[in-house]
Amino acid sequence: MSGFQHWAQMGGYAAFVWPAYAVALVVLGGIAAQSWRRYRASLRDLDRLQRPPRER
Amino acid sequence: MLTRLANPARFMRLSGTVLPPLALATVVVLAIGLYLALFVAPPDYQQGESVRIMFVHVPAAWMALFAYLVVAVASAVALVWRHPLAEIAAQAAAPLGAAFTFVCLVSGSLWGKPMWGTWWAWDARMTSVLVLFFLYLGYMALVNAFDDMSRGARAGSVLALVGVVNLPIIKFSVDWWNTLHQADSVFRMGGPTIDPSMLWPLLIMGLGYLLLFKTLLLVRMRTALNEAKARALRLAAPQRLSTAPPLPEPEPVLR
Repeated sequence: MSGFQHWAQMGGYAAFVWPAYAVALVVLGGIAAQSWRRYRASLRDLDRLQRPPRER
Repeated sequence: MLTRLANPARFMRLSGTVLPPLALATVVVLAIGLYLALFVAPPDYQQGESVRIMFVHVPAAWMALFAYLVVAVASAVALVWRHPLAEIAAQAAAPLGAAFTFVCLVSGSLWGKPMWGTWWAWDARMTSVLVLFFLYLGYMALVNAFDDMSRGARAGSVLALVGVVNLPIIKFSVDWWNTLHQADSVFRMGGPTIDPSMLWPLLIMGLGYLLLFKTLLLVRMRTALNEAKARALRLAAPQRLSTAPPLPEPEPVLR
């Protein structure tokens, strides 16, 4: 068994350790991505509103 | 310091300067923390490798409580002093707190199954954290339940303050009651009982979560201020600036 496989098996707890890390990644990464997308959208919206009417 | 920041224009300027280095620090600290948690920290002599769940679970629990404290303090400031940024801060922090609480609950459950033999127990610690999760959801629902945004914000602030009673219950539940959940091993009288080889990865993950919270809090507050400004601009010139298609000409009235 390679070192990586041994590590990935987490001493037999792989079925619990990896889902725990995956949930943290998906939930925290997800709210980070959502926050960033909404921030970019708010900047675009504001930019469009503040441009003089002719250019729109 | 706080009164200086309470001016939205100044907040936008300062947060814009702070945000890039803060985001970079978040990524670096979380990467170091994950490396220590997954590769460097030793397996526990009783729990084996399952102890690695602790490194995503415990900091999530810290942030779940800390974010609620932010929501509650900001709500109090909003109710008492009507600071323009306080309600925005509270509303920006609540979804982040809910996310950390959710991570805490699920990762705890994933640890409980192999270690305790059960996914869930209605003990005082777990139940009070579940109540915290519902408090976050209730706060967010209440804030958005009113057509008048300022009324929603005020109702939410009152709910957030009432919910503060849950924080000491969570913190001391493991001392006051006989819980399945173990007692604190880091923030306790007499210093941590956890071994330094596990304490350091835990503290660095905690710092990473804290930096993540602060980064996203600033991003969400800036978003809310941008959106408020866009609303004000639309109100000021609804005809020219509306994104909605122009209203159709009224039908001629036949009489």
